[in-house]
Amino acid sequence: MRKGIVQLVAIGIVIGVCVSLVAVLFKWLPTSDSVQFDRITDVYWMATIISIAIFTIVTSVIVFSVWKFRVPLDDDADGPPIHGNTGLEIAWTAVPAILVLAIGIVSAVVLAKNGEAGSNPLQVNVTGQQFEWKFSYPSYGNFTTAELVLPAGQTTKFSLTSVDVIHAIWVPQFAQQQDAVPGITTTIYVTPKRPGQFAVICTELCGLGHATMRAKALVLTPAQFARWVKVQRKK
Amino acid sequence: MTTIEREPETTELYPDHFEPPHGPAWRVVFGPGLFRGLWLAAAFFGAGALLVAGLRFWWGWDPVWNWEIIVTIAGMVMAPIGFLGGIGAFDYWIYYFVGRPTRPEDHSGHGAYSWKDYFRVNTDHKVIGIQYLVTTFAFFVIGGLMAMFFRAELARPGLQFMGSQTFNGLVSAHATLMIFLFIIPAFAGIANFVVPLMLGAPDMAFPRLNALSYWLLPIAGVMFLTSFLAPGGSFATGWTAYAPLAEGQPMGQTFFNMGVQWAGASSVMTALNFLVTIITMRAPGLTFWRMPLLVWANFTTSLLVVIATPFIAGSQFFVLFDRVMHTDFFIPSGGGYALGYQHIFWFYSHPAVYIMMLPGFGIVSEVISSHARKPIFGYRLMALSLVGIVVLGFSVWAHHMFVAGMADWLRIPMMITTLLIAVPTGIKVFSWVATLWRGRIHLTTPMLFALGFVTMFMIGGLSGIYLAAVPIDIHASDTYFVVAHIHYVLFGGSVFTIFAGIYFWYPKMTGRMYDERLGKLHFWLTFVSFNATFFPMHYIGLRGMPRRVFDYDKAFGDVNFFITIASFVLGASVVVFIYNMSESWVRGKVAPANPWRANTLEWQVSSPPPVFNFDEIPQVVGGPYEYGVPGARHAVLRTAETREREEVHA
Repeated sequence: MRKGIVQLVAIGIVIGVCVSLVAVLFKWLPTSDSVQFDRITDVYWMATIISIAIFTIVTSVIVFSVWKFRVPLDDDADGPPIHGNTGLEIAWTAVPAILVLAIGIVSAVVLAKNGEAGSNPLQVNVTGQQFEWKFSYPSYGNFTTAELVLPAGQTTKFSLTSVDVIHAIWVPQFAQQQDAVPGITTTIYVTPKRPGQFAVICTELCGLGHATMRAKALVLTPAQFARWVKVQRKK
Repeated sequence: MTTIEREPETTELYPDHFEPPHGPAWRVVFGPGLFRGLWLAAAFFGAGALLVAGLRFWWGWDPVWNWEIIVTIAGMVMAPIGFLGGIGAFDYWIYYFVGRPTRPEDHSGHGAYSWKDYFRVNTDHKVIGIQYLVTTFAFFVIGGLMAMFFRAELARPGLQFMGSQTFNGLVSAHATLMIFLFIIPAFAGIANFVVPLMLGAPDMAFPRLNALSYWLLPIAGVMFLTSFLAPGGSFATGWTAYAPLAEGQPMGQTFFNMGVQWAGASSVMTALNFLVTIITMRAPGLTFWRMPLLVWANFTTSLLVVIATPFIAGSQFFVLFDRVMHTDFFIPSGGGYALGYQHIFWFYSHPAVYIMMLPGFGIVSEVISSHARKPIFGYRLMALSLVGIVVLGFSVWAHHMFVAGMADWLRIPMMITTLLIAVPTGIKVFSWVATLWRGRIHLTTPMLFALGFVTMFMIGGLSGIYLAAVPIDIHASDTYFVVAHIHYVLFGGSVFTIFAGIYFWYPKMTGRMYDERLGKLHFWLTFVSFNATFFPMHYIGLRGMPRRVFDYDKAFGDVNFFITIASFVLGASVVVFIYNMSESWVRGKVAPANPWRANTLEWQVSSPPPVFNFDEIPQVVGGPYEYGVPGARHAVLRTAETREREEVHA
């Protein structure tokens, strides 16, 4: 039996290492360009570590069992009549419950932080329409643009609505997504970390042009942003 | 073919056997059957069209021939009723209702005596089970071909060879067929065949209702398929058909609205039938704590179906009313609430995920226990966890709406309940694994699919944890990560269990053994190409590819090309399965009554079982999985021979 345990642990290590390599070697997430994404990344790794542990335990026991306990098809003996084990059953009810609740608590904290406006948020109103986005800046005379321009380092409060059907705004590098729903106003916060150029993607099926409902997003330094605002107001 | 030789004394047993009073030509035209079904459907369509046009003419509405309304009323309400009447689904009730002498119950609608009987209204649960399975696999193939079409389109970024209407239509119809015409009814088919046998019952509680619920299914399927012929093309708003997008769509959307009604009615009727059968028709001694887990699974699934399905019916009727009758349920400019649709829709469609999973849990429990030659580990907790999933399943629907703009406070409670569903599901996975431990494992095709299911479904469950965590979901919502997740749950989960179940009960259903080598080839082809197809989708989803798009960032081109090739291999693996099934049905080795040496009741009768299942109702004396327990028995069966012997002794 001791030999069996050693073999099982060996299988577990091999599987665990393989799965961990898959998790680490591939770059599963885009480069984080928002403060919110950094926090989400923490939850992501927490979920990943728990997933790797559970996956490794279950698959190693399956692989080990099939390897060790497999019999020819014409074998007609039965296995030992084990009906259960109360301690084990309590353990695998309680431990997963604790783990998922831990994920839940961390998620709730991150969600609350990602929903904070900060001291001086920039207000941007977003209107979805088949198949284009409109961005307006009420604190600067409410001019409207077709491309999204944001200052780095400042939290932007997006207020979204739609004039026809449901759309959703998403910049993968910001990791913040929100539906734009006709008839109501929805909210999401993004704090871009550094200047760069991104794509605004519609993620809610909104009709025949859904796949091409894209816009450009530009993050500027605060000074560049102030200049850009001045140019826009003159137009 | 699973047909039974008609015994010569049949007519003597039933002296009132119904003799048709007319000649063969009269019977073809006016007797119940597909031909009468077709011409009555046409006649009902005509009557409906005239009714609509007549009323519009009378009220002076223009245009008189409004095809949107005519298609809805005449095509999707009247014609199906005509068809059902024509094939004879209502004959008994109509005769009874109008006071004509009903045909004496001669059981002529029971059992299949030739292949033609599979195309008639048949009240035998075993025939209906096979009708379900063959029909659903036809739709599985059609839905799969659709997926291969749009995967071909997705092999490269940009629009290759289909319009965006066609693309969106194929994506929507693929999901709709797979969910409503394959997974849900395929489980109903397996359960139809197996559950009454497991209960020691001669049939379902309501055999005529059972037949009717099967025949509603092809109606729904034909509606989904013919929507491609509608002006403006098929419904193209995804299987979720969110309002208000669905409100402004061309006529094809109506085909979805109404098709869902017929499929939904079918599953509600079946579920009621299962509930009554399981509650009232268990053999003596078969207490709830002695029921096989497949019966438990179908009991809990039926509860979900009966409670949840009316909600999707409502959601689609509201959209239909908005479209056809100009109500404003979900139209903000008329005072409607756009998110209301999603709440109602997901109140069905999340429990629907468990409707598509719990029967699979039951199948896998049967397969693993009998193939590891051990009692199922923690039987009572296994049954209770099914109940736990039912209860929790109704409190998680809004996790589909974390980014939808619903009330903020709902996110945290819905996240917690969603995460907690991992607990009963985890109990099941751990218990299956513990059942394997120190067992004597027979690695046949059904067992391979069962073990493949446990691992694949676990990946689907773990990616579900990511999506349950609201902050991650805010990133991954509506991306290919979600597509990967649902395919791990519904393909690696549900479809693997359907395959396991079909291989497992194939000897019982057909009386023949399938080809084990082809079965294993099918498993490995499916297992490898399934992972090659769907695992990379996690990656492109998290990296930034939204779902339901025909065009995407060039950076995802290579991965998508790989996925497309893998999906073609996955499609090809189904050919192996279908060849194995049809070839073995005709030429396979004759199956013994109990090839797996399983304990449950269906294996204690011949393969295929006799028309009324048991010569005498069996007496259940113990649990269903007492493998390795010396002297333990699940049931005592008395056959005609043992009875004769007893009489001689007396």
